[in-house]
Amino acid sequence: MHDLGGVEPLASAAIDRREHALTQFDKHVDALMYLLSHPSRRILRVDELRRAIESLSPDAYANLSYYEKWLQAMRDLLVEKAVLGADEIESKLAELRARDRAAALPLPGAGVP
Amino acid sequence: MKARFQVGDAVRVADRWPEAGPARCHVRTPHFLRGRSGTVERVLGEFPNAEELAFGKPGLPKVPLYTIKFRETELWADGGFRLQDTLTADLYEHWLEGTHG
Amino acid sequence: MADPPLADPHRHDDHDHAAAAQAQMVTHEPSPEYLLLERALRELLIAHGVFPADAVGRQIDLTDSRNEARGAQLVARAWVDADFKRRLLSDAKAAATELGIDVSNTPELIVLENTPRLHHLVVCTLCSCYPKAILGIPPAWYKSREYRARAVKDPRGVLREFGTALGDDVELRVVDSTADLRYVVLPMQPAGTQGLSERALAPLVTRDSMIGASLPRSPRNEYKPRP
Repeated sequence: MHDLGGVEPLASAAIDRREHALTQFDKHVDALMYLLSHPSRRILRVDELRRAIESLSPDAYANLSYYEKWLQAMRDLLVEKAVLGADEIESKLAELRARDRAAALPLPGAGVP
Repeated sequence: MKARFQVGDAVRVADRWPEAGPARCHVRTPHFLRGRSGTVERVLGEFPNAEELAFGKPGLPKVPLYTIKFRETELWADGGFRLQDTLTADLYEHWLEGTHG
Repeated sequence: MADPPLADPHRHDDHDHAAAAQAQMVTHEPSPEYLLLERALRELLIAHGVFPADAVGRQIDLTDSRNEARGAQLVARAWVDADFKRRLLSDAKAAATELGIDVSNTPELIVLENTPRLHHLVVCTLCSCYPKAILGIPPAWYKSREYRARAVKDPRGVLREFGTALGDDVELRVVDSTADLRYVVLPMQPAGTQGLSERALAPLVTRDSMIGASLPRSPRNEYKPRP
């Protein structure tokens, strides 16, 4: 569903010409893609990234944002190529959630003179 | 150079659909061009095969790549274009067949 | 009838469409799940020594420095210098290098010349390939599924949405970037600008005119260039 030339109803739809300001997330994803696919590192190839995006579910392809798609593709490829482990990623996600929760708590003794 | 076609040659895009087969694939020949006829606009040189690079293979030997020009009227039954409008795409040699006029 | 020195952004003629669209900036915030995933991948990759901790920030700065000004430079130079234009059309990367644009490690580049008989419109129907080394990050509309689907089948309708009308006798050529070539359009120099310097011409060259969706600005309706 990535092969979109002439596909209806998209091919009859209006084009949203509004400019999008890139978020920090967008810029980070773009930077990661560049760093990982740079010829000096040879971790991922752009062709592999495209193939990984094409392998996303139709639902994901239609509903994830542009940079969310590329991030998902990077994750899938890094695991496929054993650069990172799926468990390792899950552990890191859990660690980050815990870190974020701890950061949201009031400091001990806050408000005590 | 080993290129099979030259500028001006009439070619047809193979009407192949590897996506329908069992193997995973990565294809850079758009669906809307499969089986369509055009002419060679530019001989681009040889490039590693992206269909194989996509799976971590080296994509060698390199494959000749061409800019093929199509007439819009021959691609779509209707659409927003004039009779003289054209479209180009950059296609690998193994997706092209020579036609005899 | 007084001619305004700067066009009112709320007027709606061909040249105002780009500015009107730009006035509405949209931000797409990622879902929390993906925000977290990005942090996780980045930290793990740094921990594994794939790249140093400051590499992401440096890459962002580099990307920020790339915008359509480089492309405008190439076009303006080609407009004033016929020999440069010839070199640009025959070897775009070499010509870009002449102007100090770093095109090492970038895909092959071809510059397509618009003429009174031929107008180009660039698209990537399969993903979003774009000449980033010359034009920076592509606009959201270029990456949109609607543009990718429609540009090849209703190119004149797409141009109308951009306020661009082509003569009935002009050949509109849609260029689908399906392989490792990247395309930049060399628009026609606007009427009435012969004799202007490169510095005066560069601000007339818009990103959208180098994709082919719009024509360059005309000095009669010129806006202040973006800082």
